[in-house]
Amino acid sequence: MFTRHIAALATVLLMGTAPLAQAADKPTDPQIAHIAYTAGTIDIEAAKLAIKTSKTKEVVNFAKDMERDHEAVNKQALDLVKKLKVTPEDNATSQALSAAAKEERAKLAKLEGAAFDKAYIENEVAYHKQVNGALETVLIPSAQNAELKSLLETGLKIFQGHEQHAEHVAGMLK
Amino acid sequence: MSRRHLWIALALTIGVVPARAETIEVTIDRLVFSPATVEAKVGDTIEWVNNDVFAHTATVKGEWEVMIPPKAKAGLVLKTVEAVDYFCRFHPNMKGRLTVTP
Repeated sequence: MFTRHIAALATVLLMGTAPLAQAADKPTDPQIAHIAYTAGTIDIEAAKLAIKTSKTKEVVNFAKDMERDHEAVNKQALDLVKKLKVTPEDNATSQALSAAAKEERAKLAKLEGAAFDKAYIENEVAYHKQVNGALETVLIPSAQNAELKSLLETGLKIFQGHEQHAEHVAGMLK
Repeated sequence: MSRRHLWIALALTIGVVPARAETIEVTIDRLVFSPATVEAKVGDTIEWVNNDVFAHTATVKGEWEVMIPPKAKAGLVLKTVEAVDYFCRFHPNMKGRLTVTP
């Protein structure tokens, strides 16, 4: 039962499909912390690739903004789990996220120039949209600890900002 | 001092002594400018106080931009009469409005 819900959550994250119904079996706080941290790490790794690969100022600057913000969020997350004495727990959603990200990075690594810029930015828009959906419909409602919930809410605002920023950069590339 | 110089001095004095300039504080907490709407006069200073661990900006497209580093303050002396919407370039969902009167 639990595994099935985690699988459904993974589907929401990866496919950006309709929001997952408010399941009775929700991810636990240690799992939520792990998912949120993994989601941030994935975007930092994508940003590092873009900083290395892109020759376009707007794209490189955007990637640096992503790297800086997600490192700041993840540092807050680490500080919080330490304070709460919570050990982030690996789970199917985190694993599915990592697997999909690995695939995406492999795809991006084969591209260069305008094709890279376009693929990276479009993926950033889609990725932030998916994570926002998961935060809104699953992770924030499931979080039990008030401080974790509050950090996720700040994370959602940051991610929503990034989505708009990415859309803006995508518009400039056209 | 010649009479002409006196006149210039007088003109400068009158021109330079408007109401005392104020510093208006806008705090940033969890990606929110507060207060979101500010009314100020030319000569006032807006001081953004960033309580977030994220860098923000106050940007008016095509006009001006103030960088506001994490856990820091940044100021802008208002020199122009204007009514503008500003936003954070890094997080465009952060919005504020500034009205500057003479």
